Amino acid sequence: MYPASFNYLRASSVREAISMIGDNEDAKFIAGGHSLVPLMKLRLATPSTLIDIGRLSELSYVREDGGQIAIGALTRHRDLEISPVLNAKAPIIAKVAGQVGDPSVRHKGTIGGSIAHGDGASDLPAAALALDAVFVAEGPSGRREIKSTDFHKGFLETALEPNEVLVEIRIPSNIKSWSFQKFNRRAQDWAIVGVAAVKNGSTRVALINMGSIPLRAAGTESAIQSGASLKEAASQADLGLDPPGDLNATVEFRRHLARVLVGRALEELD
Amino acid sequence: MTTISNASSGVIGQPMLRREDPKLLSGEARFTDDLKIPGALWIGLVRSPFANAKIISIDTQDAKASPGIVAVYVASDLQSQWAGPIPSAWQVTPDMKSPAHYPLASGKANYVGDPVAVVVGNSPSEVADAVALVDVSYEELPAVVDLEEALTDANVIHEELGTNKCYVWELNPNPQGIEDAFKSAAHVVKERYIQQRLIPAAMEPRSVAVVPSPMGGDYTLYSATQIPHILKVMTALTVGISESKIRVIAPSVGGGFGSKLDVYPEELLCLALARKHKVPVRWTEERTEGAQATIQGRGQVQYIELAADKDGKLLGVRADIIADMGGYQQLITAGVPLLGAFLYHGAYHTPTYAFKCTGVYTNKTPTDAYRGAGRPEATYAIERAMDSLAKAAGVDPAEIRRRNFIPTESFPYNSPAGLVFDSGNYGPNLDQALAAVGYDALRAEQEKRRAEGSTKHLGIGLSFFVEMCGLAPSRVLASLNYAAGGWESATVRILPTSKVQVVTGTAPHGQGHETVWSMIVADKLGISVDDIEVLHSDTSIAPHGMDTYGSRSLSVGGSAIHIATERVLEKAQKIAAHLLEASEDDLEYQGGTFSVKGSPDKTMPLAAIAFEAFTAHNLPDGVEPNLEASTTWDPPNFTFPFGSHIAVVEVDEETGKVDLLRYMAVDDCGPRVNPMIVEGQIHGGLAQGIGQALYEEAVYDSAGNLLNATFADYLLPSAAELPTFELGNTVTPSPTNPLGVKGIGEAGAIASPPAVMNAVVDALSHIGTIQIEMPASPERVWKAIQAVRA
Repeated sequence: MYPASFNYLRASSVREAISMIGDNEDAKFIAGGHSLVPLMKLRLATPSTLIDIGRLSELSYVREDGGQIAIGALTRHRDLEISPVLNAKAPIIAKVAGQVGDPSVRHKGTIGGSIAHGDGASDLPAAALALDAVFVAEGPSGRREIKSTDFHKGFLETALEPNEVLVEIRIPSNIKSWSFQKFNRRAQDWAIVGVAAVKNGSTRVALINMGSIPLRAAGTESAIQSGASLKEAASQADLGLDPPGDLNATVEFRRHLARVLVGRALEELD
Repeated sequence: MTTISNASSGVIGQPMLRREDPKLLSGEARFTDDLKIPGALWIGLVRSPFANAKIISIDTQDAKASPGIVAVYVASDLQSQWAGPIPSAWQVTPDMKSPAHYPLASGKANYVGDPVAVVVGNSPSEVADAVALVDVSYEELPAVVDLEEALTDANVIHEELGTNKCYVWELNPNPQGIEDAFKSAAHVVKERYIQQRLIPAAMEPRSVAVVPSPMGGDYTLYSATQIPHILKVMTALTVGISESKIRVIAPSVGGGFGSKLDVYPEELLCLALARKHKVPVRWTEERTEGAQATIQGRGQVQYIELAADKDGKLLGVRADIIADMGGYQQLITAGVPLLGAFLYHGAYHTPTYAFKCTGVYTNKTPTDAYRGAGRPEATYAIERAMDSLAKAAGVDPAEIRRRNFIPTESFPYNSPAGLVFDSGNYGPNLDQALAAVGYDALRAEQEKRRAEGSTKHLGIGLSFFVEMCGLAPSRVLASLNYAAGGWESATVRILPTSKVQVVTGTAPHGQGHETVWSMIVADKLGISVDDIEVLHSDTSIAPHGMDTYGSRSLSVGGSAIHIATERVLEKAQKIAAHLLEASEDDLEYQGGTFSVKGSPDKTMPLAAIAFEAFTAHNLPDGVEPNLEASTTWDPPNFTFPFGSHIAVVEVDEETGKVDLLRYMAVDDCGPRVNPMIVEGQIHGGLAQGIGQALYEEAVYDSAGNLLNATFADYLLPSAAELPTFELGNTVTPSPTNPLGVKGIGEAGAIASPPAVMNAVVDALSHIGTIQIEMPASPERVWKAIQAVRA
């Protein structure tokens, strides 16, 4: 497992990271490295330059901010898991982060890295989607906000420009009714199918690994809006979706699991 | 001679901490890849991306021009380096067909991962870059993947053999008898099972480094191997270098499970290229490479038939299996299924027995020994079929086993397959396990859940196993056409300062031999284990050995040490009698000191005798200086450990997920020298067997591609997936060795797959009889439920 050769730069600030990447489209930002490095070792990713933002400790925080919760993009999964703010005000994020990978992944991997990598099989992007999160990106011309529903464009493709750094994730506070269902064969694995559901005014249901990007279960959400029973709503979980088939689950089984797991999630909501 | 040498000082039986662990845990231990070897060249293999393809041409120009590259070779460049092909030590039948197998494929590649060229360079990363630049032109051919299709010979892999069939090996001592048994049977059970391929996945990947001596034309070959002694002979013969010129050292080795019981192309290439380039040459496997190009385990289609009378008592057992060789023979590929050939009737008496195995080539990674090697396959077939027989006869799975057990009074038991089972006492072992797990209460809980209409079904699965291990006896191995013996050697040497050196031919790679061999000697000599040093895994220090595999090291190698220690003590006793001016028969030995019976002030410690033996100033006539004894032990028989394993699972009907709630194992391996190490062996074996039942499978597509060659996709279970194992034990000594011990290294992997699978089937038995293969993945379980519901 030897990656192709690459240049390595370490940034000491977000601004420096942005200037380092310039217009080099073969360069990549790296934070915890737990998504990118395996791809590089398999030579499925061959960036010419890595710009390490992993030590920008100013981007590691969880704080209440004007009725919302602001999470620094470089906050590690383990820090989310044990965050007092999250455990009190948005426990779904702490719960989801505590089930990512294994302990070594959770101590290195970051929420921003997980979201910016843009893998439809990741847990945290789906949780952010269920929370209607807003992502803050910083580029050469300053900061901008991107809605979580607009963020994921395709497999490992996001709305971030190559020279933009994801710096913050903003989620609503006082989340009381939520459910996280992760179905896998081993504790450390990606979800075969996962569900993150939040009832906060409306009910939002996000699905993990039911497509190339994190998705909302539109069929279920509209069924709930039109007053269907939970059972009927769950039966619409895979409506209009095109889930992948792989060694862990065929398309047919994945659809079935989505319906079962959404049903269980809806039962857990108040 | 007196009974002195039978004294024990109570060290045996203690759960002593492993003396190996501090250096392993602190990083002080050195594995092959850790060795600092200045000036070494690294090699990398160009491997076929196709399962079955003609090699049209290989262009190495760009690779040769790549930075840091010294040379690139294809098969024809190196043909003169080989005195023979990669060795296969097990010609199971006189007419067995084997293709010539050299370290680099020429003409044709026969599995994905088959090496076709080797790159030599200054660093592993430069070599990896250049490997990608070797341009091989292939003509892809249809792949032969399915075993039963392979046997049709519609598509022959090795043209020169004319067939994919490697051999047919048959054991049918009473053909008429078994026909009659099936004709007269009240119940006949016919089953077909698949033994999926497994990736051994030792924690340490394979690694090799060959260092030429600065003078004398000698080579030191370091390898992450289980078999330094066998490797020395085989590399010498294959590369055509005198055996006396090769020293093999296995440094700390991080597991093997059979996958390092082999002679691999990379070991031969490093030796040949160190000779050619006159510098050290080394290689360490990458993980995906290991999945493709280290041997895999299992790979069988099994047909088993049981004939029984109206009470469910066996009248005959007939097994017919097809065994997947993969693309080539490795060291003992062909023989692995035959290690189970005698055990398809399990722990049960049957008057008639027949077994047949057909070996077949496919375009997949070669198979070979993997923890249990033949015996897990046999145990799985009989233990699952016994559950089917229980159902057919309408009796409980525990009861069907009890009715058929080989009776305790028939040991040593002459089996219908021609073995002699050394000792056994099965009924009490099963009773202990059933009581410990609370079998009746579990059945009640199962009924309660069913009555309540729960969708989480409880299943209880039994497996009673017996296996043959401690390979060993050389004469029996000869009758199976195995090309080596089964003895083990030992030297015990008491140094002038009374420190003890033990030299063993076993080759530990995680088992804890240094601890246990010290305990055997300390127990006998009445000295501290800390005064004993165990030397092993270096053919210059321990020149004779048959290495470590097949649960053999304690019963064969440990017995050799026990005997050598007795001989040293006998010699010490002669010297003590001389110095104390007493008759040998009047001496007592305790706590490391000889004393004269009735004269408690006349004593002499072993340390003083060791020094006297060293100075040789005052030895009795005819006694040579020094306290040292060597022996080679070849036992009269295998050992036959046994045990009851019970799995308790919960099956979620909605998702098909199987949760293993409890696992109870009551093993009998005779007396336990170090019970903690025995339990550790059982834990590891269980994890691997449960892995086979629920998680692991090397999945190939129809083109012969291995689809899960990474640890993200190949599902090794972790501690998080496993319950706290509940262990018990019974003690039935083996009469075949002086310690009375039986092997335990493979027991967990042998017994657990059928226990878990029987539990899964049992959980759903109120719905119907589900048909399911290993691993019982959620989707397979869910689909099996849909099939019986439909």
